[in-house]
Amino acid sequence: MAHTVQDAMAKKLEEGINGSASAQFSDKDDLTPEEIAALPPDDFVLVPYNEEEAERGGYSNYSYWGSTIRMFFKNKVAVAMLAIMGTMLLFTVIQPYLPNQYDPYTCNLITKEMIDEGLVPEKSIVGMPIKNLKPNRVFWFGTNANGQDLWAQIWQGSRNSLIIGFATALIEAVVGIAAGLLWGYVRWLDPIFTEIYNVLNNIPSTIILILVSYVLSPSMGSVIIALSITGWIGMARFIRTQVLIIRDRDYNLASRCLGTPTGRVVVKNLLPQMVSVIMLRMALAIPGGIGSEAFLAYIGLGLPLQTPSLGNLANNGRKLMSTPALRYQLLIPSAFLAVITICFYLVGNAFADAADPRNHV
Amino acid sequence: MITIVIILFVLFAMLKVMPIEGYFSNFDKLSQAAIDRGLRELGVRDPLYVQVGRFVKNLFQGDLGISHRYMENKPIKDIIAPKVMVSLRFGVISMLVSLPLGMILGVIMALNKGGIFDKLGNAYIVVIQAVPNAIYFLLIQVYGAQLLHCSMLWREGQAITMILPILSLALPSISSYGMWLRRYMVDETNKDYIKLARAKGVPNATIWFRHVFRNSVVPMVQLIPGSLLMTISGSIYVESLYSIPGMGGLLVDVIKRQDNSMVHALTLIFAVLGILGLLLGDIAMTLVDPRISFSKKGGSR
Repeated sequence: MAHTVQDAMAKKLEEGINGSASAQFSDKDDLTPEEIAALPPDDFVLVPYNEEEAERGGYSNYSYWGSTIRMFFKNKVAVAMLAIMGTMLLFTVIQPYLPNQYDPYTCNLITKEMIDEGLVPEKSIVGMPIKNLKPNRVFWFGTNANGQDLWAQIWQGSRNSLIIGFATALIEAVVGIAAGLLWGYVRWLDPIFTEIYNVLNNIPSTIILILVSYVLSPSMGSVIIALSITGWIGMARFIRTQVLIIRDRDYNLASRCLGTPTGRVVVKNLLPQMVSVIMLRMALAIPGGIGSEAFLAYIGLGLPLQTPSLGNLANNGRKLMSTPALRYQLLIPSAFLAVITICFYLVGNAFADAADPRNHV
Repeated sequence: MITIVIILFVLFAMLKVMPIEGYFSNFDKLSQAAIDRGLRELGVRDPLYVQVGRFVKNLFQGDLGISHRYMENKPIKDIIAPKVMVSLRFGVISMLVSLPLGMILGVIMALNKGGIFDKLGNAYIVVIQAVPNAIYFLLIQVYGAQLLHCSMLWREGQAITMILPILSLALPSISSYGMWLRRYMVDETNKDYIKLARAKGVPNATIWFRHVFRNSVVPMVQLIPGSLLMTISGSIYVESLYSIPGMGGLLVDVIKRQDNSMVHALTLIFAVLGILGLLLGDIAMTLVDPRISFSKKGGSR
């Protein structure tokens, strides 16, 4: 009995649904050609962008990088620093191709004309190297103890220092981010990486630096490798902390529950969150690398003496600082080093602030 | 503990790679037999576990070893002890100077957030953090000595020659203490309980010093034992610039001379100091802030 009642009810329901559906759509389903021709053509024209209407529809033209750049250019100090930095970078590249530049490596010799023009003291002997000449209109930054033009040396040195800074920052970032993501995200790797960190952090980096310089002959490459070997673990630890903070947020949990592969969670969910902090670390790693190079030069493990770098030049100047007349050889490289590092530091900080979406309005 | 053993193994393994010429001052003149004998006496030919085991065994008998090349056949303890005292004296004085100054700087910057003092303090912090230490240390030495009319180098018993090294040591720490304290204080002022206190009408001075300052100092306290212990290792720049006979640069020196037993002893000391610093920092933090506890209680997850 009950069976038939249910059947009857189901049939009734079905009929009701079909009935209402056909009532709704029967006359609107297919337009006849005449009806189509009768539609107003104005409805099918592209409308220009209208902000008010767009907001009503929930559309936003927010673009992450656009806002980042806009925020960055609001910071006047940072823009000024960026301009100085850009000019310096450009100049380090084009300087050797400008006219009337001395070669940074040749020892300039005293010529007859120089004595006649009063550039060098009267008693100088023609053919001797121009040693420790003070800045003047020919040698803008003077010459060093070998008679090399300090102006050319400084630019060559800035070039080398910047290459070292950029290369170490890049290697540190790539290795450090990869290791840090694994360290933070894969739970069973955590104790292993923590142990590696404790060990690396407590082995004096000087030993590593000396070993690297024994294995490889001192050159730009060996300095870059030595600095990267000692530097990546700091970056990795930093990334690990960031990953730990956002790893177990609800949206990542949801992502995992929906079966997103780990690699995709890491690349799409975690990395974009960390753009600003990674940029900050990288921007600070460049002046850091330049500073470490200066430290290596100071303890005598840096670039070979004939390769100029800002660290090497400042260190050479240090040896002469007890003679007040020769202090320009310390002050000029120091000033360059200071300007470059401060520019990178400020621009990096400002960029990191701008890249943080929480600061976007 | 395990960490230290691993560190020792890695260290001994790395020192094995060092060229053997470095262990002798007159390598060229030595016969092969003499070289073999010398290396056997140094123990660098032994397998790793033998070397580490011997070092640890001597350590438990209170023996750090004997220097081979830095000061021939002198016990390492006797070499290090006076150097530690010198470095410690400079480090502690500079900390006594920099901690209060750094805290004052941080408080002033936080109170004056966005104002002129904040900007000046920021400029100082940026310059100190960005410019490599070596550069401004050199400038302080050259021009400071002129200004004070004193010798560029440190002399025992002349108090005036201590001013510049202490200043050089203190400048970076003042900037970092100031920077962090400002950061913590600004973060603290944005918290809800401070807003409530303001709404309640608690006087401004009370809010700043009873609530904001006291809560912001907690994370700073954690750093203090570590940095105090680390002053023992000295500063390589400052000590070599002012020719202070301290610990700074000693490690670089003995590594270059390949005095392995000195390298072992120093690395061990620095590693122990580093780990001890972290531990003491945690303890100090629990002392200052009773809410923090590292022991597992029933209620925690």
